[in-house]
Amino acid sequence: MAKGVWIVAEQRDGALRKVSFEIASAARKLADELGVEVCAVLLGSGVEGLAPELGKYGVDKVYVADDAAFAQYTTDAYAAAVAKVVKENDGAILLLGASVQGKDLSSRLVGALATGMASDCVELGIADGKLLAKRPMYAGKCFGEVVTDVTPQMASLRPNVFAVVENAKAGEVVKFDAGLDAGALKTKVLEVQKDASGKVDLTEADKIVSGGRGMKGPENYTILEELAGVIGATVGASRASVDAGWRPQSDQVGQTGKVVSPNLYVACGISGAIQHLAGMSSSKYIVAINKDPEAPIFAKADYGIVDDLFKVVPEITNAAKKIM
Amino acid sequence: MNIVACVKQVPDTEALIKVKPDGSGIDEGGIKWVMNPYDEYAVEEALKLKEAKGGEVTIVTVGPARAIESIRTALAMGAEKGIHISDPALDNADAYNTAAALAAAIKGVNPDIIYCGMRAIDDDNGQVGSVLAELLGLPQVTVVTKIDYEEGKIKAVKPIEGAQLLIESPLPCVVTAQKGLNEPRYASLPGIMKAKKKPVDVKDAAALGVSVAPKSKVAKMTPPPERAPGKIIAGDDPAAKAAELVRLLREEAKVI
Ligand SMILES: Cc1cc2nc3c(=O)[nH]c(=O)nc-3n(C[C@H](O)[C@H](O)[C@H](O)COP(=O)(O)OP(=O)(O)OC[C@H]3O[C@@H](n4cnc5c(N)ncnc54)[C@H](O)[C@@H]3O)c2cc1C
Ligand SMILES: Cc1cc2nc3c(=O)[nH]c(=O)nc-3n(C[C@H](O)[C@H](O)[C@H](O)COP(=O)(O)OP(=O)(O)OC[C@H]3O[C@@H](n4cnc5c(N)ncnc54)[C@H](O)[C@@H]3O)c2cc1C
Repeated sequence: MAKGVWIVAEQRDGALRKVSFEIASAARKLADELGVEVCAVLLGSGVEGLAPELGKYGVDKVYVADDAAFAQYTTDAYAAAVAKVVKENDGAILLLGASVQGKDLSSRLVGALATGMASDCVELGIADGKLLAKRPMYAGKCFGEVVTDVTPQMASLRPNVFAVVENAKAGEVVKFDAGLDAGALKTKVLEVQKDASGKVDLTEADKIVSGGRGMKGPENYTILEELAGVIGATVGASRASVDAGWRPQSDQVGQTGKVVSPNLYVACGISGAIQHLAGMSSSKYIVAINKDPEAPIFAKADYGIVDDLFKVVPEITNAAKKIM
Repeated sequence: MNIVACVKQVPDTEALIKVKPDGSGIDEGGIKWVMNPYDEYAVEEALKLKEAKGGEVTIVTVGPARAIESIRTALAMGAEKGIHISDPALDNADAYNTAAALAAAIKGVNPDIIYCGMRAIDDDNGQVGSVLAELLGLPQVTVVTKIDYEEGKIKAVKPIEGAQLLIESPLPCVVTAQKGLNEPRYASLPGIMKAKKKPVDVKDAAALGVSVAPKSKVAKMTPPPERAPGKIIAGDDPAAKAAELVRLLREEAKVI
């Protein structure tokens, strides 16, 4: 009989990532409903000391494999280790973050564990003792409730959606042997090039100030950067402004860009095309600044200002400065 | 080289999606079908590699009869041949079963490299490429924006949160394509004419020797939650409107 809610904790450069606490908190809730334990798999090099931090968010047992081969994430090494420990312990439910790493790893595990998964979920529950996972489909135009009939029942969780809840457990450390065969590891990370700006990635940002074709040119993004600097936001962009070469591809929000879930999304000079809405409509609060009162973005916005963004945005920055 | 690109036919990005009243699926009436946008990057990359190193591009699709249109589109772009896996048992199959069918078909091609899109924009799973790699016992490099091809291996760039990775993988491997990898070409009129004569093998699950055993299913579909109508901040003075917005964000929404 499969047992326990399992998570894969994500760490980078020896620090746990926020999404790990979100998954742990979500796992705790499911485990309490089922009356079972939460087990985390933690891979890395010199990471054993991170276990108590996971305990803080409700993890009972942390299965740690410490190996130089885990210093950098690679699909080969991580998938083999997670598949082994989850199989050996017959985990009932397995949750990962729908982060870049979590997406790569979880989908590989679907193959390795011969199971099903609900990707990028925004809601989890238990029905008849089984995991019921809700996820947006067709770019958020509808939602699907996914049930998996085999174990482990897998889900990946959209970052920034599940609340981090403190619920301290002992976080007992269990070391395990990942049984890695170094010869079987095929891919190698040759280089990690860090983004020098140090800005929070859009997929993890709590606030986003985004600019579209209405920005008129790359130089004008400074007004968005000023506002973002004051309220602690990351700057994003529509596809029109990325395709015009004003902003890098990594800034694009939408169906063929990033899917974001911030608390606040400020759309400046963005019309609100269906493909843009696909990427940001799950934001908690949406603000639209557009001179066209008919722009479709206003139908999605919680607050709207119909005006020239070049007049309004600097004033928002001024007003925000006074209270921040 | 034997180059494979997997393509899925999906509703056009502009399509209005209506959930059937009983929640069993979407109403497919009036939908315009297109090749998944990410698969356009996959096909383009396959064609570019063929043009540089020689070989043949095979397009593989799982889908109902209409899905052959996406194969024809790829053939018109310049691919050589198609495999259409068409079987009612695979309609709406989960990622595992979809990938298992693709794997069975692709094994016969003896591929040097396989391209997929990073995700299909209808079901948005982003699973099939990786499951396929696992089932074929191949390495994977997902969500790739740049590839350099070397003898027997690739070096690929993958953006992650706040950084870019340069990843090396031996061939054969599975690559999933992200926007930015290339600029997909359009099918030319002569290309479209030629595509009609190119071979497409139609196979069902039995012919491929796969048995379909569902793992996951969508129990119910629902329309998205309605957003309450928003507030338009009235007035003529940009500064006053800006101040009111900031007040609302602080006092009402409590987000700044
Ligand atoms: C397959 C496919 C995938 C796509 N994927 C994406 C995606 O991932 N992300 C995405 O964003 N788009 C995507 N698109 C493109 C999408 O359809 C739109 O073309 C795009 O979102 C438009 O960008 P925009 O809103 O910046 O520009 P526009 O639609 O041109 O809107 C500009 C807006 O700025 C306003 N404006 C102009 N000047 C001012 C001013 N001074 N002050 C205030 N307002 C002003 C205008 O009123 C207008 O509403 C995709 C399209 C396709 C076909
Ligand atoms: C309402 C609904 C919800 C669903 N939710 C889930 C779910 O949560 N979990 C689940 O496992 N299944 C789900 N399915 C089944 C789903 O339809 C899939 O067929 C399967 O999981 C593939 O996912 P995807 O289409 O999103 O492809 P992705 O995994 O997103 O596709 C990535 C790439 O794989 C290739 N590819 C994908 N499908 C095909 C294909 N048919 N032919 C050729 N190449 C292909 C393409 O290159 C594509 O770019 C759902 C189905 C429906 C109708």
